[in-house]
Amino acid sequence: MRRFLASWDAVSGWLPAASSMAPRVDRVLRGLLAAGIAVAVVLTVLTLIILVRYRRGSAASRSPSGIATWKIEASWIIGTAIVFLFFFFEGAGVYADMERIPPGLPEITVVGRQWMWDVRYADGRREFNMLHVRLNTPVRVVLSSEDVIHSFFVPAFRLKQDVVPGKIVSTWFNPTRTGTYPFFCAQYCGTAHAQMIGAVVVLSPGDYAAWVRGNPLPRGGTAQERGLGVYRRFGCAECHEDPQGRRAPPLAGLYGSRVTLAGGERVRADEQYLRDAVLLSARSRVAGYALTMPSYDGIMAPSDALDLVAYLKSLAPPPQEAQP
Amino acid sequence: MTPTEPAERPRATPSYLGGETSAASWLGTLDHKRIALLYLFTITAFFVVGAVAAALMRWQLAVPTADLVTSDTYNRLFTLHGVVMVWFFLIPSIPTVLGNFILPLAIGARDVAFPRLNLASWYIFVSGGLLALYAIVVGGVDTGWTFYTPYSSTYSNGHVMVMAAGIFVAGFSSIATGLNFIVTVHKLRAPGLTWFRLPLFVWAIYATSIIMVLATPVLAITLVLMGLERVLGVGIFDPRIGGDPLLFQHLFWFYSHPAVYIMILPSMGVVSEIITCFSRKRIFGYPVMAVSILSIAGLGFLVWGHHMFVSSQSVYAGVVFSFLSFLVSVPSAIKVFNWIATLHRGSITLSTPLLYVLGFLALFTIGGLTGVFLATLAVDVHLHDTYFVIAHFHYIMVGGGVMAYLGGIHYWWPKISGRMFPEAVAAFAAVTIFVGFNLTFFPQYLLGYLGMPRRYMTYPAEFHTLNVVSTLGAVVLAVGFGLPLLYLTRSFLRGAPAGPNPWGATGLEWQTSSPPPEDNFAQTPVVTGPPYDYPPL
Repeated sequence: MRRFLASWDAVSGWLPAASSMAPRVDRVLRGLLAAGIAVAVVLTVLTLIILVRYRRGSAASRSPSGIATWKIEASWIIGTAIVFLFFFFEGAGVYADMERIPPGLPEITVVGRQWMWDVRYADGRREFNMLHVRLNTPVRVVLSSEDVIHSFFVPAFRLKQDVVPGKIVSTWFNPTRTGTYPFFCAQYCGTAHAQMIGAVVVLSPGDYAAWVRGNPLPRGGTAQERGLGVYRRFGCAECHEDPQGRRAPPLAGLYGSRVTLAGGERVRADEQYLRDAVLLSARSRVAGYALTMPSYDGIMAPSDALDLVAYLKSLAPPPQEAQP
Repeated sequence: MTPTEPAERPRATPSYLGGETSAASWLGTLDHKRIALLYLFTITAFFVVGAVAAALMRWQLAVPTADLVTSDTYNRLFTLHGVVMVWFFLIPSIPTVLGNFILPLAIGARDVAFPRLNLASWYIFVSGGLLALYAIVVGGVDTGWTFYTPYSSTYSNGHVMVMAAGIFVAGFSSIATGLNFIVTVHKLRAPGLTWFRLPLFVWAIYATSIIMVLATPVLAITLVLMGLERVLGVGIFDPRIGGDPLLFQHLFWFYSHPAVYIMILPSMGVVSEIITCFSRKRIFGYPVMAVSILSIAGLGFLVWGHHMFVSSQSVYAGVVFSFLSFLVSVPSAIKVFNWIATLHRGSITLSTPLLYVLGFLALFTIGGLTGVFLATLAVDVHLHDTYFVIAHFHYIMVGGGVMAYLGGIHYWWPKISGRMFPEAVAAFAAVTIFVGFNLTFFPQYLLGYLGMPRRYMTYPAEFHTLNVVSTLGAVVLAVGFGLPLLYLTRSFLRGAPAGPNPWGATGLEWQTSSPPPEDNFAQTPVVTGPPYDYPPL
């Protein structure tokens, strides 16, 4: 067993476990591997013994074993099912934690585009095919695509999430080891799919601070500030800050709240909803309002839409009025 | 002689290979055995096309940043390989060749229920195949065999519609063949051949036919929807025109996961025939084996979402699909145990067909176990869309499907050709294929774990060694696959006569001469006992 574990380390030495989730995935995988190898070895040895012992013309007894067939069948059906059930729960448990994004994490927006990764930080910095993060600081990665389906795959983090056009999908990770780790596009996306590769750089807090200092902020300001610019340019306030609030719903505090749509459906106003409300307004019309807002799909640039969403998310709820 | 009086059947009609031998007599034949051979030649040709594409890919991948082909060509190669191997080789392989030839014989029938439809199926299949080849010749398709939208419907500049039309047309061949087999099994069984006396090969072909009839129309609809979007701009899958890209994946896998069972269930039938014959025993747990074939066919329709764990489908859907995927693995595992239990206390001869079956057992077990890895949610997140998945499904489809197909070809070869094949050379080829296969695909499991994504024509240098091993393995595999083509052709022309039943097997197909006469049986056989009724040891 110790030998086996040592050889495992040799293999996993090729692929570091650099996130909080990676050792947990590897633990489930190790269990599967141990069970799988055990089953394969037992079946192989058993088959070889049978092939030799019961070769044609051998003297081995062929009289029936005397155990009822159904008992044998039942035992291995139940045995297999129990083992499978165990691994189902193991895998589903870790998966649930992958999918449950801790609230309040700092965000990095990653946009997939044929054939590059456009990485935008909340403070306005932007990189291509590089992603810098601070050690032991969990981040939420907000993924969207401007064309076809891509997939954000960081082997060292055991992390993969498809990046689907028309959707804003989030994932998260907590980097636990400094270093540079490749990330790949894992979903076939056309000609240069194999070149859609980037690197996640995990920096110690000191190095991270130095990296931030060494890269001056771009002129456009933070994502929120750029979003405010978009908000003004498109004249959103015209309706959304209408004092009577009749032409369009107020936007303060919208993010994260529950909205009743014109069709009666109740949805949570997440990034996906905010984006759809801008680009596909007919689909996201709020109950009680006429459809006066045009769809901005094709009018507003995709990156402007992302900035606008960043701005809308920053709007705090209006001060609570005293309830009578 | 009055016309109403039934003519006395001649005692012996000529062999199906004798009689008329003109090209017209073959191309217009209604004999299920001749149609089986038409399929054999057709799918062998497609196999060669698909294999050449694979060889070029492995050659490109021998070096991390090779430029043997351009990236657009590489993308066309893996699309070609996938489309041709799935729809024009694996899906038709056992059903149309061995199913057509053996199924009527195995149930004591003179032909399938609808011989004309059977011939029409072949023509439809060939038409679909020619369309697909045309798409390749005029410039190819770069979408991958999965045709994921919106890439396929909006962005790809390949000849997507022609290729899709080829698959669409070939689908009707699948449906017609499936329908034909279902009716044949229901209506044409020999007297006394009750359902639970059917050989498991018949059960397997029957279950496969049901999947073909139920699942293939969904593929046809999906391809039509993709075409509507691509040609007419109707927004179905592309979000920019109001569509949903994941809808395509749901529809595609609703067909394509059951299609995996179209490829593997017939193998399970073949394996059951061979393993009983060469261990001289009844199958262990016949009812469980028959029921497990049906339950795999049924459950196979409920697991498509396990291809979409990282697609951003709902977490709850992921959990349910994972659970159902574990569930469908249980009957597969039970079948492996039962096959080994069948060998136990048998009287075993290691002939070539059994060598293929042993290869099948080993590779199918590894493929199945790694399939369990992929059904495990958290593990799949890491392994999805990497070479691990490539290795897994090649272990199932080639290690399982093709090994059983070749085993079945060898097992029934004396019946089909009337002649024996050279045992030593055949055994050597079987072992070569097994070794070559493992060399090619086992390293890909490791590559996948290390993070090498599929469909990459270049890759980081740390993946180099394993890719070299894989490419060398492909050379061995190519030699192994080439050998049967040579010695089986030679055997067909001048092999030693086989006689009606060289293996001493029990199936009805062995009660008639080899090669069988045109109408199969001089007298309809009557069945009085269970299948695999070998004398007690």
